[in-house]
Amino acid sequence: MATQSAPIFDTDELVINMGPQHPSTHGVLRLVLKLDGERVVDCDTVMGYVHRGIEKLSENRDWTQIILLTDRMDYVAAATNNLGYCETVEKLLEVEVPRRARYIRTILAELQRIGSHCLWLGTHAMDIGAMTVLLYAFRERELVLDLFEEYCGARLTYNSMRIGGLPLDIPSGWDQKVRAFCDVMETKLPEYEELLTNNRIWLERTRGVGVISGPDATALGLCGPPLRGSGVYRDVRKDEPYAAYDEFDFEVPLGTQGDTYDRYLIRLEEFRQSIRIIRQALDGLPEGPIMGKVPRLLKPKAGETYHAIESPKGELGYFIVSDGRATNPYRLRVRPPSFCNLQGLKPLIVGHLVADVVCLIGTIDIVLGEVDR
Amino acid sequence: MTDDPKPAGSAPDGPAKPDAASDTPATPEPAAKPAQPPAAAAPAAKPAAKKPAPKPKAPPEPPKGPEDPAPPDDLEPPAFIAALQQAHPDAVEQLSYWVGDWTVIVKLEALIDVATYLRDADDASFDYCSDLTASDWPPREKRFDVIYCLYSTRRRHRVRIKVRAGEEDQVASVSGLWTAANWFEREVWDMFGVKFAGHPDLRRILMPEGWQGFPQRKDYPLEGPGELLLESPMEWLRLRNLPDEAEIE
Repeated sequence: MATQSAPIFDTDELVINMGPQHPSTHGVLRLVLKLDGERVVDCDTVMGYVHRGIEKLSENRDWTQIILLTDRMDYVAAATNNLGYCETVEKLLEVEVPRRARYIRTILAELQRIGSHCLWLGTHAMDIGAMTVLLYAFRERELVLDLFEEYCGARLTYNSMRIGGLPLDIPSGWDQKVRAFCDVMETKLPEYEELLTNNRIWLERTRGVGVISGPDATALGLCGPPLRGSGVYRDVRKDEPYAAYDEFDFEVPLGTQGDTYDRYLIRLEEFRQSIRIIRQALDGLPEGPIMGKVPRLLKPKAGETYHAIESPKGELGYFIVSDGRATNPYRLRVRPPSFCNLQGLKPLIVGHLVADVVCLIGTIDIVLGEVDR
Repeated sequence: MTDDPKPAGSAPDGPAKPDAASDTPATPEPAAKPAQPPAAAAPAAKPAAKKPAPKPKAPPEPPKGPEDPAPPDDLEPPAFIAALQQAHPDAVEQLSYWVGDWTVIVKLEALIDVATYLRDADDASFDYCSDLTASDWPPREKRFDVIYCLYSTRRRHRVRIKVRAGEEDQVASVSGLWTAANWFEREVWDMFGVKFAGHPDLRRILMPEGWQGFPQRKDYPLEGPGELLLESPMEWLRLRNLPDEAEIE
C-alpha cells in the first residue's frame, strides 16, 4: 500500500491550449496556459491571426482612403476609429473643424460607445453563464445600429467621418430618434442591473477576480475601463479634450477594488454618462457647415504628431509621420487600446482558476481586429 | 464624367498637371514614351539618347529623415525639459516642436538615464508609456527612429522622446521602467528588426514565428515576399542570393 503522503494522481504541471478557435476568446486569440491542477501558473498570449498589415497598407494609400481601413480595426466601434484618425490628420493639417461637425462627431462617438458596451456586456455575461443578458444587450445594440444605418447607410463599417468634418449632415428627424433611443436605453439599464448587479452567481464570479492595483495598471499601460477600475483617473475625454467634449458635463466613474466587478460597474455607469453627453449635444446642436476648409489635395507639411482619443476600449492613439511630399503618410502607427489591455491579461490570469480565464478575457474587452491590425 | 465630356477633357490641361507640363516641354515625347520601354528593355544599350524621356516617371528620392522642426524662438520649452537638460547636459541632442507636441531627441547611450529621469523627477513624473514605435528612413546611416510617447497621469502632460538607431545598434529596453513597453518593443522588433538589449522576451508578436524579414521596413515590398518564402524559405533565400536573375529558370 502506498504511504499516506504519496499522491494518488500525477500532479505535474499541464500545458493546455485555448484557442484560436474558442467561443470565449472573442476572436482568434490563442492562449497557452500552464496549469497546476485547476490554477493557472503561467500564460502565453499568441496573436496575429488577423494581422492584415493596416499600418503598412496605410503608407501606400492616400490620406482619405485610410479612413476606411480604420473601420476594420475595432470593427465593433468603427466610428471612434474614424474619429481618431481624422482628428490626427486635422491636427497635422491644422484644420479647424466646424462646431456642428464636432457636435455630431461627439454624438456618433457616444452612440458607438453604447453600442460597443452593449456587445461587451452581452458577451461577457454569456461567458460567465448569464444567457439572458446577451439577448437583452443585443436588442439595444440593434437600435444603435439602426441609428447608424439611417445616418450613413452602414451597420458595421461606417466610414462616417472625413478629414475636416463629416460627409453627411444628420437626416431630418434623426435627432428625435436619438432622443427616443436615449429614453429607451435609460429604461433598459435597470433591467441589466436587475439581472446582474446583485445576482449572487455574478458576484461570486466577478468579485475579487482579476485584481490589479492602480500603479501596476498604469505601468502596464492599461487604458479605458480596466485602468479606471483600479482607481486611476484617466479619461482622454477629460484630460486632453477633443471633438466637443470640453463643452459637456459628464463624470468619469472610478473603481475602488480593481476587480472584474468594478470594471463591470464602471461600464454600466459609462452608459449613463454617454446618454448624458448625447442629450447635451442634441440640446446644444449648433447650426452651420459640417465641413471645414480643407485643401483638395491633402499634403500636410513635414512633421509628426501623436493624438489620442477615448475609444470604448480605452486610449486609441494615432502617431502619424508626414514627409511633406507625398499624398500618403510616411508612417502611420496605431496605438490600439485592446493590444495594451491584452498585455494585462497575463498578470490578471495567473493564480486564478481556468474557469476565470474566460471571465477575465471578457472583462478587458478586446477586439482582435484591433489587436492584430 | 460621362454626362459632360467637355469639361472633363479640358480639366487635365488646366489644374491637374502643371508639374508634368514643366518637366516635359514637348508634348509628343510622352506619347512616344510608352512605346519605348518594351523595345529598349531587351537590347538595353542602343537607344541611350532616348533615356531622358522616362525621367519624370522615376519615383522621388526617399526622404533622408524626419524634419524634426526646431521650436519657434519665442516658445519656451516646458520646465521639465529644461530641468532634464540641466540634469543630463550631454544626453539631449535636439529639441523639436510641431503642432503642439514636444519631442526630445536623445542620444542612444543616454536613453535609460533620460527615461528614468522623466519617470521619477517630480515635475515630469511620466508614469504612463502611452506608445512606443519606430519609423524607418533607409538612406540615413542610423536608419531607425525609435519613438516613445510618454504621458503623466499625475501632471497630465505629454512628451515624446526619440532615439536614432542603426541596423546593428542595440537599443536599451525600457520594459524595466514601464511594463507596457514589453509588448511594444516586441512589436517594433517584429516589424522593424530593431534589437532591444535587456528585453526579457524578444520574440515576434504579430507575424508567425519563423517569418523572414521585417514587414514595416521601407524596403520590404507591400505585397510581401510572395508564396515561395512561405512554402520553402531556403529555396527563396537561394534564389535571392543568385548574382544574376538570368540564372532563375
